[in-house]
Order: sequence, then structure tokens, then C-alpha cells
Amino acid sequence: MDIWGIVIESVVKILFVLTIMLLTVSYLVLAERKVSAWIQSRLGPNRVGWGGALQPFADVAKLLLKEDIVPKAADKTLHTLAPFLAIFIAFSTYAVIPFGPPITLFGREINLHLADVNIGVLYVLALTSLGVYAITFAGWSSGSKYSLLGGIRSSAQMISYEVSMGFSIGGVVMMASSLSPVDIIESQSGWMWNAIVQPIGFITFLVSAFAETNRLPFDLPEAEPELVGGYHTEYSSMKFASFFMAEYANMIIASGMIVMLYLGGWQVPYIEKLGLGSPFTQIIQTLSFFVKVGFLLFFFIWVRWSIPRFRYDQLMNLGWKVMFPLSLLNIVWVAVVIMLFN
Amino acid sequence: MIQNYIPIFFVIAVAAIFGVAVIFSSKLFGPQRPDKIKESPYESGKKPFGNTKERVSIKYYLVAMLFIIFDIEVIFVYPWAVQFKSLWAEFGIFAFLPMFVFLIVLEIGFLYIYMKGGLKWD
Repeated sequence: MDIWGIVIESVVKILFVLTIMLLTVSYLVLAERKVSAWIQSRLGPNRVGWGGALQPFADVAKLLLKEDIVPKAADKTLHTLAPFLAIFIAFSTYAVIPFGPPITLFGREINLHLADVNIGVLYVLALTSLGVYAITFAGWSSGSKYSLLGGIRSSAQMISYEVSMGFSIGGVVMMASSLSPVDIIESQSGWMWNAIVQPIGFITFLVSAFAETNRLPFDLPEAEPELVGGYHTEYSSMKFASFFMAEYANMIIASGMIVMLYLGGWQVPYIEKLGLGSPFTQIIQTLSFFVKVGFLLFFFIWVRWSIPRFRYDQLMNLGWKVMFPLSLLNIVWVAVVIMLFN
Repeated sequence: MIQNYIPIFFVIAVAAIFGVAVIFSSKLFGPQRPDKIKESPYESGKKPFGNTKERVSIKYYLVAMLFIIFDIEVIFVYPWAVQFKSLWAEFGIFAFLPMFVFLIVLEIGFLYIYMKGGLKWD
């Protein structure tokens, strides 16, 4: 393939995926508010647009027109760099997550992922662990005590889940014999989903994903009742919005990662047996990816409004004394499964 | 192979442009009327005292150091994990035993830290 073909194709795909991401982020915020209202027997936002359908746009307009306050005590450079980092990391991680099988369009084969690199999983791990810098910088540079506590907690959180997260992905890598996302998805054909083959790894990864995205029960850096707003106490206007967007974008990426690593990606079991023919199979498979991601996003919201918050020494205990041994056990388990069935 | 990475550079560039645009738009439309009260750190409506640039005691520094060690072990497992199926086809049980011994040693080290109270909170 010539170089300009690749360039044009990838730019079109990036703009397409970015639009989808932004729309999903804004409607995920609305979904969160609607679902939480539903769980708590309230109505939720229902004034702007049809049943609240235009609420996200009203929110963006409101945040755009707010004053951007930078406290005197703040470190100006880091205070501006932190929200940039948050949004930059959140919106560059999706590059390697495949959302569908290859399709043929305009006579050329198009892969439904932005980039197929053989170290895709490492790319996601590297970028998402940089995300902690955004929060720690924001917490330290704001010059407020609440923010500082939020930043410290964020780094405490990172050192408690990252090890077990790494080991649980190790199990997936063993099954796929590759670090490429496409190979990982193709290794889970039929009912060989990693969630079924290695349930321990699935659970440890799921818990780590909640900690990674700073979602309740692990939203310690934010913790409204104790820390006001945590690391973003001193942020306003679009700088606040960028942390907000980054949190929801990270949720989408975490859901995409869980689907890719453990729930078979775009695979639907036994779909070839139906004999639907070329375009329909691919469409159903692509839709199945979005359905799985959608369910996980709902699960994220569901958990947030059902479970109380952990204290951060409890989180470290959970991470080190429960999840770390479990994820080691998972490696041994996967090795035994491979040795028995291969 | 290097052409597989071209889209990643584009994604990173688009994300950077988008990030700069969002941060820049923060100053663009809103009013700018800073005053003394607004610029002071938020402390629940009270007059703020002290500052945050003093040294803070990080209670979990030992755990943080252990984290570095264990995170390196994770990276050590990955190359073996990628190759495990082919190693198993070639060497049988001897593909698994060395890593098993390594994991046992890791677990013993972890238990030692645990017994010594390295993970204890303050």
C-alpha cells in the first residue's frame, strides 16, 4: 500500500473515531446522571431538549462561558499542563483498540482499528499509567490542601493496583502468544473467551480497571465528601471539563480493554454457522463490540451508585494482599490450562 | 513494520491538538475578573492558612519502593508469556518449571515483606 493511502485512510479513521468518542463521552455523562437518578428514584435531567437529550451541549456551553480561575498559590505551568496531559492521554490511548473485523469498502480492505502494532497492549499500559501524572500534577500544583491530598492518594492508588493489573494481562498474553490486540481477539474465537478460561484474571483486571479510571469504589483522588473535589478543586471552566472528559474517555477505553482482553472483542460465538454472508457478519460483529462496551459502561455506572468508597489503606491492602497473590495464581492457572489442553 | 506506527503518530498529534484547543478555549470565552478572594485556595470558606509547599510525610514510601521491584517482575514475565505456547511445544514441562520456581521465589519474597510488616500502614 502506498504511503499516501495509509495517511488518508488513517486521518479519516481518526476523525471518525474521535467524533464517536466525543459523542459517547458527552452522552455517557448524561447516561450517568439518568441511571443514577433511576437508581435513586429521581427523574434526572429532563428539561433541555427531549427528555434531557441536549443536556451535554448545554453543559459544554455553560463551562465555556465560565471564568478560568488560576489560584495565586498555584504553579502556573503545571496547573495548565495537568489538564492537557489528562485529555491528551485519554484521547491517544484508543489508537490500538480494534472495534470490528476487517471490512471491504470502496474495493480496499479496511481494518476497524486505527493502528495494528505488535506491542499494542504495552502501548495502552504505558499511556494509561502516565495518566496518574496528570492527577498528581494537578493535585500538587494547585496550592490547595484538598488537591494535594487528592494527588497523594492518586499515586497511592496507582502503586496498589498496577502490579496485579500487569500480571492479569500476562495470563491473556499467554493464551494469545502475542501482544497485538488483533491476535488477542482472534485467540478468543468461539466460547474461548478469556473471561471464561481465566475467571480469576478477569476479576482482578476488572477491579484494577475501576481503580485505574478513578471510579467508585476507588475514586479516592476525588472523594467529594472528604476532599471537596480532590485534585480538581481549584480548576474551573474548560480545564475542569478536560478532567471530566478524560475520566469518561478513560472509562470507555477501560471498557474497550476489558472487552478486547477478556470478552472476545468483536467475536460472536458460532456466528459463522448462521451463514449470513460477508457484510452482515461483519456488521453484527462490530455491533457486538459496541454492545459489550455499552454493557460494561452501564456496569461502571451501576457499581458507582451501589457501592460505598474504600479508604486508601484498605485499597492498598486489597491490591497487595488479595489481588497480587490472586493474579500470580492466575498465571499458574493459565499455564496449567495450556499444558492440559494444548 | 514501521508503517504500522504511522497512525499512532497521527492519533498522538490529533490528541495533542485537541488538548491544546480545549485548554486554550478555557481562556477564550469566559470573563476574566480575578480578585484576591477568588485567587486564594479553597478552604471551605475559612481564611486559608499555611501553604502546601511544605514537606509532606508520605506514609506509603516503603510500599512505593516495593512497587518498583514488583512492577519490574511483571515486565520480566511478559516475554515468557508471549513465548509460552511454543516453548511448551518444544520443551514440555521445562517451559513451565523455571517460571514456576521464579513465581514461588517472588511469592516467598512477598510473604517475607508481609511478615516483616513492610505493607503495614503506619
